[in-house]
Amino acid sequence: MLEIKNLHVKLEEEDKVILRGVDLSIGAGEVHAIMGPNGSGKSTLSYVLAGRDGYEVTEGSATLDGQELLEMEPEERAAAGLFLAFQYPVEIPGVGNMTFLRTAVNAQRKARGEEELSAGDFLKIVREKAKTLKIDAEMLKRPVNVGFSGGEKKRNEILQMAMLEPRMCILDETDSGLDVDAMKLVSDGVNALRSEGRSFLVITHYQRLLDHIKPDVVHIMAAGRIIKTGGPELALEVEQNGYADILSEVG
Amino acid sequence: MALPKAKEDALQARLAALPAIAGKGWLAAARAEALARLTAMGLPARRDEYWRYTDPATLNSAEPTPAVRFDAGDEAAPFDGMDRLKLVFVDGVFDAAASDDLTLSGVNIERLAQAGDTDIHWAQGLYGVLEARGQTPVVRPFAALNTAFATDGVLIHVTGRAAKPVSLIYVHNSDTSDAILHHCVKLDPGAELTLLENGPAAARFSKVLEVEVADGASFHHIRIQGRDHQRRAVTHIFARIGAKSEMRSFTLTANGRLTRNEAVLELTGDEGRAHVAGAAVGDGDFHHDDTVFITHDAEACESRQVFKKVLMNGATGVFQGKILVKPGAQKTDGYQISQSLLLDEDSQFLAKPELEIYADDVKCSHGSTSGAIDETALFYLQSRGVPRRTAQALLVLAFLAEAIQEVADDAIAEDIRARLERWLARHGTKG
Repeated sequence: MLEIKNLHVKLEEEDKVILRGVDLSIGAGEVHAIMGPNGSGKSTLSYVLAGRDGYEVTEGSATLDGQELLEMEPEERAAAGLFLAFQYPVEIPGVGNMTFLRTAVNAQRKARGEEELSAGDFLKIVREKAKTLKIDAEMLKRPVNVGFSGGEKKRNEILQMAMLEPRMCILDETDSGLDVDAMKLVSDGVNALRSEGRSFLVITHYQRLLDHIKPDVVHIMAAGRIIKTGGPELALEVEQNGYADILSEVG
Repeated sequence: MALPKAKEDALQARLAALPAIAGKGWLAAARAEALARLTAMGLPARRDEYWRYTDPATLNSAEPTPAVRFDAGDEAAPFDGMDRLKLVFVDGVFDAAASDDLTLSGVNIERLAQAGDTDIHWAQGLYGVLEARGQTPVVRPFAALNTAFATDGVLIHVTGRAAKPVSLIYVHNSDTSDAILHHCVKLDPGAELTLLENGPAAARFSKVLEVEVADGASFHHIRIQGRDHQRRAVTHIFARIGAKSEMRSFTLTANGRLTRNEAVLELTGDEGRAHVAGAAVGDGDFHHDDTVFITHDAEACESRQVFKKVLMNGATGVFQGKILVKPGAQKTDGYQISQSLLLDEDSQFLAKPELEIYADDVKCSHGSTSGAIDETALFYLQSRGVPRRTAQALLVLAFLAEAIQEVADDAIAEDIRARLERWLARHGTKG
C-alpha cells in the first residue's frame, strides 16, 4: 500500500537535513508503529507524506498504491486515501466543525468522481460515528477544535478519519496529551476502523498506545533513518531499556 | 476665521458646480445653515488629520470622475424576493414608476423634495440637526455639503411597528452622475423599523442618513453598497439612540474605487445599544474607509464596532474608530474590533482605534489586527481533501463571520455570506 524508498528530506528555509534515506513498506491491512527519540524525524515523515510546505525532498519516493504522493497537492493525497491525524490539531475559528467535515467529505467524493452526500445522509452518518467517539452535538456545532480539550481534539481527529474512510492512516503522536480513558476511547475508535483494506502508521513515543492499538511491525527511527525493525516485542524492549541500547547496537 | 486660500478656492470651485439654495420653507432655512457651516470649515484636504488615510480629491472635485456600471450577470439583486416597500432612485432621481406607493402601516413616508416648502415639519428637528451636532469635535464637511445641497431623500416617521422593511434602491445609470441624497428617520418610542439600502446610486454618491431612535425603539439598517469598480461614495449616518433602544447597522462593501462610510452615533438614554459593523472585500484600486465615532452619554449602554476587511492586489482599507465615554456614563460596555486580512504584500490596512473615557466604571475593549491567511489552517483543511481555493474561501468567510453575525436577520446574513462567496470565487483568493 505505502512504499517509501530512500526518502531524503531537508528543511526548505535552512540547510538542515532531517530524513536521511527512509525505507518503509506497509502492506494492505497492516499496522506499523514508528518509535524513536525526539528529533529523529518521525513527525517530519508524517508531514512530508501529507504534503506540508517547508520541506524539500532531495531524493527518494513515496507511493500510495503505486501513485507518487510527493508530486501531489495535499488535497490530492487525501483524495487518494491518505489521512494524517495531527499531533496538534489546528483550531479554525469561524468554521463550524460540521461544515468542515461535510466540505471535506464531499470534496473527496467529488475528487473521486463520486456523488456528494446529501445534508440528511451526511448528518445521519456523522451523528452515528460521533456517538461512538463520545462527541456530542455541541462539539459538532462549535468551530473546528476551538476551545476543545486535548482529548476532544484527538477524538475529533479520529471522527474525521472515520468520516473520510482513508486507506492509509498516519497517526502522529495521537496519544500525546491524553489521559488513560481518552486513550482508550481514541484507540477503540482506531481499532474499529481496522480492516483488510486499511493500513495504519502509528507514530508514538510510548509503548502504552501500542497496548491498545496492536502493531504488526515496529520500527525504530533515529537521526532520520529507520535503524531497526521488528515485531511488537521491539516496543516492549524500548519501554524497558530506552533507546540507548538500540542506538549503540546499530552504531 | 477665514479659510486658507487653497481651501477657499477649492470650496468656491465646488460650490460653483452646485445650484443656489432656493425656496422659502423649513428646508431652505436648514440648507442655508448647513452652507454656513460648510463655508466656515471648507472642504477636507489630505493634510487634515481626519483625512490622512483617504484622499478626498475626487470627492471634492466639481465634476465626478466617470464610472461605468457593474454587470452582476445573473446574480439576483440584494434583498430580492423579500417582502419590502421599495423606493427607487436612479442617479439620485426618484423613480416613481419603479417604486411602491409610499404607504406602509406603522410608518409615514414622504419625499424630501416634496416636503420642504412648508413652514413646519417634524423633520425640522432632525434634518441637518444631528449632522450639525456631529460636526464636533471633528468636522465632516461632506455631510454639511450634503445637507445644503441634497436633491432628494426620504423622510420616514415610524410610529409603530413597520409592517415590512423600507428598501431604498439606488440605481446607477449615467456614467457621470453625481447624486446627493439625504434621509431622515424618526422612530417614536417603542417603534421598529428595518431600513435596507443597496446599489451604487451614481458615479459619485453623497448620502446622509439622520436617525432619531426614541426610547424603547429599534432600528435595523442593512446596506449593500454598489459594486461598480470606479464608483465613489461618501456616506454619513448620524444617530441619537434613546433609553433601552437599539440601533444596528451593517454594511457590505464589495468593490468601489473609493468609499468613505462615517457613522456618528450618540447613546443618549440609559441601557441603549448601538452596533455598527461592516464587511468589505476589495481587489486592486479599491479604497475603503470606515470612520466611526460612538459617544456614550448615558449609563449602562452597550456599543459594538465590528469591521472586517479582505484586501488583495494593492487594495487599501482604513478604519478610524472612536469610543467616547462621557462623564457619568457609568457601566458602559464598549467593544471595538477592526481587522484586515491581507491576501498579498501589496495591500494595506491603516487603522486608528481610539478610546476616550471620562467615567471610572466602564468596560471598553478594542483590537486591531492585520494579517495573512493562516497557512497552518490552510494545510489542515487541504490535508482533509479540501482544495486550496475552497479552503482559502472558507477561511476568508470565517474571518468575516464576526461582522456578518451582526446582521440580525438570518436569511439576509445567509445571502450576504453567499454574495461574499461568489465574490471570492470571481476574484480568487491568490496562491
